[in-house]
Amino acid sequence: MASDILLEATGIAKHYGAVVALRNASLSVRRGEVHALMGANGAGKSTLVKILTGAIRPNGGRILIDGREHVVRSPAEARRAGLVSVYQEPALIPDLDIASNLRLTATPVEPFMKWVREMGVPDLDLRETARNLPLAILRVLDLARAIAVGPEVLLLDEMTAALPADLAEKVLAVVKRQGAEGRSVIFISHRMLEISALCDRATVLRDGETVGVVDIGPGSADRIVELMLGQKVERIQREIAEATPGAPLPVTKPRLSLRDVGVAGKLEGVSFDLMHGEVLGVVALEGQGQDELFGVLSGSRRPTAGSLAVDGREVRFATPADAIAEGIALIPGDRAEALLMQRSVRENVALPFSASFRHWGPIPLRRQNAVVGEAIRRLQVDTRAQREVQRLSGGNQQKVTIARWIAAEASTILCFDPTRGIDIRTKHEIYHLLRELAGQGASVLLYTSELEEVQLACDRAIVIFGGRVVDVIPAAIADEPTLVRAAYGLPRLAPGAAAPLPGATA
Amino acid sequence: MTDVTQRSPAPGLGRRIRRVFSDRPVIPLLILLAILMVVLEILRPGIVNERWIANTVKFAIPLAILAACQTVTMLTGGIDLSVGTVATLGAFVVSTQGMDAGLGWALLLSLAPALLIGIANGIGVGIFRVHPLIMTLGTSLIGVGFLQVYQRTVIATGTKVPDVLAWIGTGLTGGIPNSLIVFVPVAAFILFMLGRSGFGRLLYAVGDNERAARLSGVIYWKVILALYILSGILAWIAGLIYVGLIKAPSLSLVEPRVLPAVAAAVIGGTSIFGGRGGYLGTIVGAVILTVLATLLTVLQMPEGARQMLFGLIVLAVTAAYIRITADS
Repeated sequence: MASDILLEATGIAKHYGAVVALRNASLSVRRGEVHALMGANGAGKSTLVKILTGAIRPNGGRILIDGREHVVRSPAEARRAGLVSVYQEPALIPDLDIASNLRLTATPVEPFMKWVREMGVPDLDLRETARNLPLAILRVLDLARAIAVGPEVLLLDEMTAALPADLAEKVLAVVKRQGAEGRSVIFISHRMLEISALCDRATVLRDGETVGVVDIGPGSADRIVELMLGQKVERIQREIAEATPGAPLPVTKPRLSLRDVGVAGKLEGVSFDLMHGEVLGVVALEGQGQDELFGVLSGSRRPTAGSLAVDGREVRFATPADAIAEGIALIPGDRAEALLMQRSVRENVALPFSASFRHWGPIPLRRQNAVVGEAIRRLQVDTRAQREVQRLSGGNQQKVTIARWIAAEASTILCFDPTRGIDIRTKHEIYHLLRELAGQGASVLLYTSELEEVQLACDRAIVIFGGRVVDVIPAAIADEPTLVRAAYGLPRLAPGAAAPLPGATA
Repeated sequence: MTDVTQRSPAPGLGRRIRRVFSDRPVIPLLILLAILMVVLEILRPGIVNERWIANTVKFAIPLAILAACQTVTMLTGGIDLSVGTVATLGAFVVSTQGMDAGLGWALLLSLAPALLIGIANGIGVGIFRVHPLIMTLGTSLIGVGFLQVYQRTVIATGTKVPDVLAWIGTGLTGGIPNSLIVFVPVAAFILFMLGRSGFGRLLYAVGDNERAARLSGVIYWKVILALYILSGILAWIAGLIYVGLIKAPSLSLVEPRVLPAVAAAVIGGTSIFGGRGGYLGTIVGAVILTVLATLLTVLQMPEGARQMLFGLIVLAVTAAYIRITADS
């Protein structure tokens, strides 16, 4: 059995200072196998990929390719060792023509053209500048270029994410043939259906460790989800039981209504209502269109389709100022995007007060200080280092961004992953605050990458997958397994039913 | 602040001084100014007297106003290199139109190019996102070209600096420069604007983090447009004072003062990257540069060596100042 292992990584560890990205990751890929690498956000998937491809160096562990140990110091070395990767973004140099791009990586033209034709592009002109080709073709070229050098191991990282369905199918067929021809493929994807259709086995990472290898077959999707979540589920369940249950949502009117909202290529046909007094969760894997959704709602980005209504009145936002005028404020995921790092806590909180032309004159300091001080007290911002916000801790910085909109009395708050990288106590203070705001009639849209937050803070959650809303789940049943399944585009389990075959209902 | 002190009850003297400096960045500048004056007095005993001080103030005032343009634009991460042209245009128009058109009309007419260039700068930087350095340099060159044509057309009429401007620029009343009549309200306005007005807050906000400002509802181009118009008006005022001070309007009346004005703002602690600084430091910076110029004149060095020394001192002072006032 050992002889047919083509790539074997064992005991891979990587830490950045005190932060451990990988503890003990292992991956073993057989010859001729399509092998999925799975893991929730922050499990260490991308770190492992970077180590395999030589982009970063591990602190420990061994990588064997075909039985020989390799120290991979750069992507070029990984290539020589027989491992070639294709990423989500096009890799051809846009200002060179295709022929030059091929010469750059010493790719033989004949096999390249053969694979390009194979994937349904019959008449490619090698003199064409890469920039002039459509994105979908570029993806085909990336894959063809990788396969043409005849790699031992092909690593595909979210390669199908940006592809239209018909092309994805062709690409997957080619990938499957690689396996059949005795080469190995490491396949990373958020799409569970692709994985069940394509892969032979899956390695699951959790908290920087390999927690299991699953043979793909009936029921394997559930097994993978289970492994990805691990013991976490029980702990969270306890926390949720301890959290004060919110009163049942009174029937209210919609505050914000979206109808068929789309952003070219990223978001399509999104319709939902955000009610008065509701905290609505948004759950999605990375890059499923949630950034665009929040951009549209906050006025930073214009939708290419659909309509948006506030309290039943249709609106169009050209700038964030327009959204703010309607009482809609964004708390962005990156705190550095929201804060004036060199200015004081008070000035940061008071910023929206001076924004409009009418308030460019003298500042009514006494009145403003009262309002700002009240918001700072309510959020219990630690004001010891208040002269410059950059000296505050991450949690306190986040509180400042929230205090800003409490002082400004925004009635609709769009929170994009507000608790990322924040200590647990502050997290709970923020959940509590969001609930309190909702209790006072405000509406909150909360995108979160930490799924337990849905039950800790939300009334309902919408799930976005591939730019579409695929499910709306009441908080009562939105436990992590349910949300993960939905986020991976899998159908919801009927209560008590046996796990259906993945793909059976598609 | 008090909390920080409580946490470390007995800081060393050096750290305490640093803390005072970083809280009140004007103090080290005032100390430097005092040192320069002492050096001057040692080199040429008796030079630092009432008359010398009045003279220094007279020259420092228009420089401080030009430096105000740089301070406010630099707070947003910008710069205004068109101030020299704007000031010269203002001075030129007022001294050619002052004779037949009447002073009020001439002043109004001389304000027009300042407003035009300010608006053009504001639109270019705020809406078309041209880099301020390029934008203001461009409008400056256009202004200079206009000025050359204008000079030729009015060459027959000759120039006359209006008496009022001469009185403001050079006059003393009881030993005190008359230009303070203009400067005190201008400085008070800018200090109040930066410290206590909504517009001032936005200048800092836009310079510190434009995206954050937008997300708070700030409309960037409005702020930038108003800013560069303000800068144009300030440059116009500086031009009127200069023409009253020098009394000979020429094409190179103000241009050589533009970069010293930038230096004054930088020495005064305003960051060219935006978001940090203030006008009080700029005023002291302008005075320091003026005193420095006298000092170098007193040394009786050749012009070239003087320029080199001036540049070196500006660099050294700025570097030292940033170090002294940095957070401990």
